[in-house]
Amino acid sequence: MFETGWGLSLIVFLPLVGGLVALAIPKDNEALLKRWSLLVALVTFLLSLWAVASFDFGAAHTFQFEADLPWIPAIGAGYHIGVDGISLPLLVLSTLVVLLAIVYSWEHWEEPRNPKAFLILILILATGMNGTFVALDLVLFFIFFEVVLLPMYFMIGIWGDKKVMRIPGFAREIETRLYAAIKFFLFTLFGSAFMLLGFLALYFASGDVLGERTFDIPTLIAAGLETAPGGLTATAAWLIFGAMFLGFAVKVPMWPLHTWLPDAHTAAPTVGSVLLAAILLKLGSYGFIRIALPILPEQAQVWAPAIAVLAVIGIIYGSLACLAQTDMKRLIAFSSVGHMGFVMLGIATLTDIGLNASIIGMVAHGLITGLLFFLAGSMSHRYHTREMARLGGNLKLMPVIGGILAFTAMASLGLPGLAGFWGEFMALLGAYNPLPGLDLGLFRTAMVLGAIGTVLTAGYMLYMLQKVNLGEPSEEWSGHTFHDADRYELAAWVPLIVLIVVIGFWPKLVFGATTDAVVSLVDTAWGGASETAAAIVTTLGG
Amino acid sequence: MWYLTAEEEAHAAEALSSGGFFAEWAGVMLVLPFVAFLLIVFFGKRMRRHGAEFAIGALAVNLVWSSVLFFQNAVEGIHREVSWVVGEIGVFGGDRLVFELGWVVDGLSIMMFWLVSFVGLLVFVYAVGYMHGDVRVTAFFAAFSLFAGAMLVLVGAPNLVQLIIGWEGVGLASYLLIGHYWEDLDNVRAANKAFLVNKVADVGLILGAVVLGFTLGTFRFSELSVAAFDHSPELAGVAVAAGLLLFFGAMGKSAQFPLHIWLPDAMAGPTPVSALMHAATMVTAGVYLMGRAFPLFEYLASDTRGLMVAIGAITLFAAGLLALVQDDIKKVLAYSTVSQLGYMMTAVAAGGYTAGLFHLFTHAFFKALLFLGAGAVIHAVHSNNMSDMGGLRHYMPRTHWTFVVGSLSLAGIFPLAGFWSKDEILATLGYEGYTTVMWIGIAGAFVTAFYMARAVALTFWGSYKGHGHPHEAPAVMTVPLIGLAIPSIFAGFLNVPGVELGPIRNFTAWLGARVVPMGDHHAESVDWALAAVGLAAALTGLVLGWLVFSPDADTQRARDRFRIPVLYPLLEAKYFLDHIAWAIVNATKGPLARLVDWTNSYVIDGVVNAAGFLSAALARFVYGGLDQRGIDLAYNGLSQMADAAGMAARRLQTGRVQQYAAGFVVGALVLVLMIAVFR
Repeated sequence: MFETGWGLSLIVFLPLVGGLVALAIPKDNEALLKRWSLLVALVTFLLSLWAVASFDFGAAHTFQFEADLPWIPAIGAGYHIGVDGISLPLLVLSTLVVLLAIVYSWEHWEEPRNPKAFLILILILATGMNGTFVALDLVLFFIFFEVVLLPMYFMIGIWGDKKVMRIPGFAREIETRLYAAIKFFLFTLFGSAFMLLGFLALYFASGDVLGERTFDIPTLIAAGLETAPGGLTATAAWLIFGAMFLGFAVKVPMWPLHTWLPDAHTAAPTVGSVLLAAILLKLGSYGFIRIALPILPEQAQVWAPAIAVLAVIGIIYGSLACLAQTDMKRLIAFSSVGHMGFVMLGIATLTDIGLNASIIGMVAHGLITGLLFFLAGSMSHRYHTREMARLGGNLKLMPVIGGILAFTAMASLGLPGLAGFWGEFMALLGAYNPLPGLDLGLFRTAMVLGAIGTVLTAGYMLYMLQKVNLGEPSEEWSGHTFHDADRYELAAWVPLIVLIVVIGFWPKLVFGATTDAVVSLVDTAWGGASETAAAIVTTLGG
Repeated sequence: MWYLTAEEEAHAAEALSSGGFFAEWAGVMLVLPFVAFLLIVFFGKRMRRHGAEFAIGALAVNLVWSSVLFFQNAVEGIHREVSWVVGEIGVFGGDRLVFELGWVVDGLSIMMFWLVSFVGLLVFVYAVGYMHGDVRVTAFFAAFSLFAGAMLVLVGAPNLVQLIIGWEGVGLASYLLIGHYWEDLDNVRAANKAFLVNKVADVGLILGAVVLGFTLGTFRFSELSVAAFDHSPELAGVAVAAGLLLFFGAMGKSAQFPLHIWLPDAMAGPTPVSALMHAATMVTAGVYLMGRAFPLFEYLASDTRGLMVAIGAITLFAAGLLALVQDDIKKVLAYSTVSQLGYMMTAVAAGGYTAGLFHLFTHAFFKALLFLGAGAVIHAVHSNNMSDMGGLRHYMPRTHWTFVVGSLSLAGIFPLAGFWSKDEILATLGYEGYTTVMWIGIAGAFVTAFYMARAVALTFWGSYKGHGHPHEAPAVMTVPLIGLAIPSIFAGFLNVPGVELGPIRNFTAWLGARVVPMGDHHAESVDWALAAVGLAAALTGLVLGWLVFSPDADTQRARDRFRIPVLYPLLEAKYFLDHIAWAIVNATKGPLARLVDWTNSYVIDGVVNAAGFLSAALARFVYGGLDQRGIDLAYNGLSQMADAAGMAARRLQTGRVQQYAAGFVVGALVLVLMIAVFR
């Protein structure tokens, strides 16, 4: 089925079609709505597993299950989709997390309920996310990238935190969900506008090199826009990379474009935070690897030091900000800034090790932070507060949730033997020796600062555990009885826990797919430089 | 890239046996405690002993298994390495960087396997009695199994990455155990402190692994050892940096000054935890790492020695002094451990591979014994403070005598185990030319004997000062005491220079079964002159300690005389290191973190919010000022479209979004046109 090219399209559009069908189901028939959505998500997930089973890992560096149909011939945009070893793990992560989100939602609806609308939004979101990971055409990529925006905007705006807040410097008060939703939307749109600009510029440039303008990603990579005769001038290429950088960096998010994230994560309903953290952030870092680096490899070298510096600032800054938080969910949200800093540090090294680090880092962060948001949601559902000062002794009140929270916090601080370790460790390994030509001193400084960041990460995670989980329950809660984790929660969490442990001890689960694709990407982009690197090492080795 | 050639492999592993079945499958020992852990977590509560059965069963099997290996190695010497690839990534030039899990079975790891299993098993059995009736026995034994399992993963690691996994696993387990009584936040703070101080040191370990892994293209210790042995120029270039990074990592786990501050606080956990932590499973990890990476220091990074020896010497003496002023019996022992770790680290750093690790071996017995003895006492008097004890020799004779044995062994009294291993360290320091440090070591022996005499006198002699009637501990607790007292007496004879025990070679030979020769110096015979000096120092310490603190003397006056100005307050304040550490933590957690958060809300978001505010104002101006007066018809149409779209989301009252969107689209189009024109 996948060889015909239809399988991937099914993975992408089945959720959307499922969502449209759900529109026809009466709003009152919640049971049917839930079952239908679950079925759609489950089938999509199984299809993605089938894709893994059919995937030729021996040729992980090539795009497989491709479909390449003319779409808008007038502007040279095609319906070109396919997966390689880089996108495959992220695609599976996406289908899995959507499935778990629906399982979790089963009995956990936030006001104003309306499961029908909520489930439909999740399914539309799934199409956007899956589509972004398989798109091989810039226009297609852009559309999927933007499709994600609206459902999340509504999720935050409608089901989000209704607490009234004040914006520093403004007299008017506003509901948190509105502020967060608008901020999220505008930030991303701001980035996307520049990204689109970059895409269009690439499109025009391709015409000068190839004679025919195209949005096709593999064609653009092969064209060598920076070096081919008639290609881009250095200044133009610098601007184009910068434009794309803005688009992707907002999504990641990189410091200082990150401030939408704590607000959006904190205000979003539980499932919204989970999807946001687990998948949406990866769209940005994936964009760097899929589009920005291979199409403009020389500019990537120019921009890499800046990316590395911002990444390290993100790591330290994000961790310090975590230490200042009083709201548990906001602390977890800020931790994403730090963790995605490691992902971006890996990317900035422009090496095989660094890019592998970033992909396994993305997968691990998706699993771990997704789980953390599930837990934060379940706890605030029970305590009706996320203020850490009011919590405490959770392990006593809810041993199962408390135990899982402790486990996940350990995973999040990068405990070796759990999934989070590999992304951090290998990002540092990559930064020790970045692509030749990059400033060694700068990257090694980044490595040391990143390593210090792991101490801060441990610091705020232990702080959170101390505040929330340990100690005696405060007066407010002692004597209360709470329902510990119910079966829907466990059904959503156990797969994540298992994967965190399995990837921790057997990272091959991810590397097996990614490594050949990454090597090929690096060789194509900076082949000359890589050979120089090998030569240097050989010389050193005598 | 540098790899082991077949030739090098052959010369390196010469004359070592591959060990047969038990070495080939030694990984079973690494896995069993984790199996026990899972069984305890899922079924422990239903068991009669709350899951202790599983923990003890796993270690019992391990003890048998490692004993077989121990004997095999004693007779013929084993080196066997098994690795399973768990992750593989392509790197430039067609090479591959491989992550592996597996086990290395050689002299060093076998010694540790056996030690962890033996001490661990006795402590587990003891804990069944000690923890009886505790609120969380099941969780305790689960974490205990994890502790032993992580340590076995660490010592069995054939490569740096697995070592790091075990290393932090040990850290995690210790965090859980120190914070066992987590209702009390003081215990949680102690656990956090242990985890974080270790995490600081781990930065060194991880960066060391990065440097070595990248330089060699492999994380394997065997290839590191051979490369060092062959003076690989590539490795030589980074050897000093990598060596110092690894040593920094070792300073955390092995509690070297000034990173030792976590260890005394780690007493917050139940006493069996301390016994295990101080003997076999945690603090030995750093010394073990130095032993595992010894060829790097011996053959390439010898420039690091001066610094490492100095830190070890400071640790052994400074911590010994701290032990003098503690009232909490467990803290006396804790600082004593720090001091003894200083001896071990000094020895290994000076080039005494065998000397350092032999002291690790003997120390495990008598320190576990002392902690378990202290636990029995605490169990009986319900206090940690020696001021609440006294005269317990009448109530707890078995505990008393075994405690005395442990104390004498620790003090280095002939012919107990501690005498031989400490003497070997002093001899090594002398041979390697660290004469000053050797004299510090001798002075340390005096201090050691002094504080142990004090501890024994205050705890067991004089009259009982506590409440109630203390009773001797039950057999389940005293049998492990006796089990540890025996090796505390006799283990030293395993490594008397120049003495062989029939077909069984001595400890030096066992420990030397490594992929390359360790190259450390072995004395042909005992240096009796030095031994006599060391023994004299220890005896003087014992006698003086006894005179000052024995109940026959006027103790109060003696203690007052002991309160030397400046020094005593300095020791009471623990050299102010905790104050410094807290100042750093508070500055980070307080002003620095708040500054970042403030920047976030007021500077970065200030820009964002101001931009939003200005855009809205601009939009109002465009709409009200320009558009409504019909100056720009095109824009009018556009904003009507935006209004129409805005209807859809009207309930959100966010008409502004669409206006911005329209603005962005227009802006984008203009910019595209500009690029198209000026390109």
